[in-house]
Amino acid sequence: MTEPIKIIRGRGLPLPGDDIDTDQIIESRYLKMTTFRGMEAHVFESLRHRARRAGGAPHPFDAPQHKGASILLVGRNFGCGSSREHAPQALYRFGIRAIVGQSFGEIFAGNCLAIGLPCVSVSPEDGECLHTLSRADPGAELTLDIREGGITARGLCIPFDLPEGRRHRLLDGSWDSLAMLLAVRHSIRERLAALPSVGRS
Amino acid sequence: MGRTLYDKVFDAHVVREVAPGQYQLAVDLHLVNEVSSPQAFEDLGERGLTVAHPERTFACADHSISTGGDVTRFDDAMCEAQVRLLGENARAHGLTYFDPMKGLHGIIHVVAPEQGLTQPGMVIACGDSHTSTHGAFGTIAFGIGTSQVRDVLATQSLIMERLKVRRIVVEGTLAPGVFAKDVALHVIHLLGAKGGLGHAHEFCGSAIEGFSMEERMTLCNMAVEGGARCGYVNPDRVTLDYLRGRPYAPADAAADRWLAVASDPDAEWDDSVTIRAEEIRPMVTWGTSPDQSVPVDRPVPDPASAGAEAGGWRDALEFMGAEPGQPVLGTAIDTAFIGSCTNGRLSDLEAVADYLRRTPGRVAHGVRAMIVPGSRSVREAVIERGLDRLFAERGFELRDAGCSLCCGMNADKLVGEQVCASSSNRNFRGRQGSPTGRTYLMSPVMVAAAALAGRITDARGEDA
Repeated sequence: MTEPIKIIRGRGLPLPGDDIDTDQIIESRYLKMTTFRGMEAHVFESLRHRARRAGGAPHPFDAPQHKGASILLVGRNFGCGSSREHAPQALYRFGIRAIVGQSFGEIFAGNCLAIGLPCVSVSPEDGECLHTLSRADPGAELTLDIREGGITARGLCIPFDLPEGRRHRLLDGSWDSLAMLLAVRHSIRERLAALPSVGRS
Repeated sequence: MGRTLYDKVFDAHVVREVAPGQYQLAVDLHLVNEVSSPQAFEDLGERGLTVAHPERTFACADHSISTGGDVTRFDDAMCEAQVRLLGENARAHGLTYFDPMKGLHGIIHVVAPEQGLTQPGMVIACGDSHTSTHGAFGTIAFGIGTSQVRDVLATQSLIMERLKVRRIVVEGTLAPGVFAKDVALHVIHLLGAKGGLGHAHEFCGSAIEGFSMEERMTLCNMAVEGGARCGYVNPDRVTLDYLRGRPYAPADAAADRWLAVASDPDAEWDDSVTIRAEEIRPMVTWGTSPDQSVPVDRPVPDPASAGAEAGGWRDALEFMGAEPGQPVLGTAIDTAFIGSCTNGRLSDLEAVADYLRRTPGRVAHGVRAMIVPGSRSVREAVIERGLDRLFAERGFELRDAGCSLCCGMNADKLVGEQVCASSSNRNFRGRQGSPTGRTYLMSPVMVAAAALAGRITDARGEDA
């Protein structure tokens, strides 16, 4: 079993926008790498590059005031699109330890859970509140309590949604599913034996 | 009370409930590609595990393969390393490998159905989001990430949450010049890219019953673009007819079992949406999310009307270099792409050929028009029917099979701000290989029309 994840503390990294797809998080050319090692160097690469070239405000992932922030604040449908686990791997290896938004692409949220990176949902108003706080006060520490289902920061106390089963698996350390699946090999064999076989006819 | 197909198939595969609402599901069929599997095999090796059920695991290289015509020549060293590694892993673990060096390759979501591997009632997993395609056969089929690929390799099972089921009923007859792709884009436009979150989509109604298997695959393929983890069509005679005689399909003895997984008439769905087929028009996307689309003869909408989506619409318009109120018709293109797991099947290419026979002219000057078959066998069927000559005469380049310009992992890429009329499934920023490239999604026939005109045009003609 992997380690239980109960409390996550860190500063907020506000990333505006909805429908941010996994192609933007990590571009397909990095899917040719056969290891996840080093993936963090390419997270949001084109958007960061574009912001640097434009010469205005840096992309949030390059903003000095957010350096070292580990709780990513997003909008709606974050991580939609491609199933590439390279996206959560890049975020995790960059230093992100939790993602707070209104909703998430489902394959993405599942991939995040599998590597111990919780995605939790808040209301639009509370989401905006967290974005505003972290923009105005980048040093503010956020505390996500997986047990209680709440985020506290600078006097704020915000509830979040996390499906019960996912909460359970974070708290008991079974978010890395393989050990749990392997524990019942016999039952899997029995179940498969009841299903039609696959083979050339 | 009756049950939906989703519930029947889900229940038949539950090994146990591992946490509240989280189920360990047995997987009938695991499809493996070169992109999402290398780290999974590596992890397996580090843990001293082997593939639990190689007889249920099928590998196919599609994303990184060259479509230049010689599969032994790779577009770059990383593509080559990735494809070679898939072959090595398949051999080491005793998996069936649709080896490109033997001409067996293609996009896994095209190849598996062709082989008869995809069968009603199955749970199918693959490290690719467009696994939803296989739902066309009445399966629960969904994309997974690399950690879950590892789980399935090691145990032939994975953890899934039970989804709600939304029934999407399409009644009536599609107008001429309107295709399954337009139905997919229309549904996504109607419900939004987030509309399907938490749901499986059941597509039914007389229009869907009248669809061929290939049309059903197009529709289910894009269920994921509407936020649904999977989509499906209830199996019927069309499904049985398609499967008959395919290499991995059992004899007809399975027919009763297959038909029995269909949703019962008295099943209860969590939600239901009804659409009139006659109201669907040829659709074109104008933005960077697949729900940002309009009927081809309508202007780009004004973000002022978008409510909470206004900011996203403005960003999308800025990226696409478009203005609200501007017609989509007439948008100049540089590239036309016909292919992908959405629209790279024989019937798609035949529809393009029909259009070309009815419409004079060659690919417009300055436009590169690529036709990339979904599999080698689709390519061979195209050649057998002589369509390769038609395509060549009209200026279209018929390439070898693969994912190609849909995802920009081999040499098939947009450059700079090139504009592409594309029969693929995603208009995301940078999707087609250039961070600033612009993608307009539409049906293959509409792509062909755009290729001839050099600009987005209504394939139904002037009097549509």
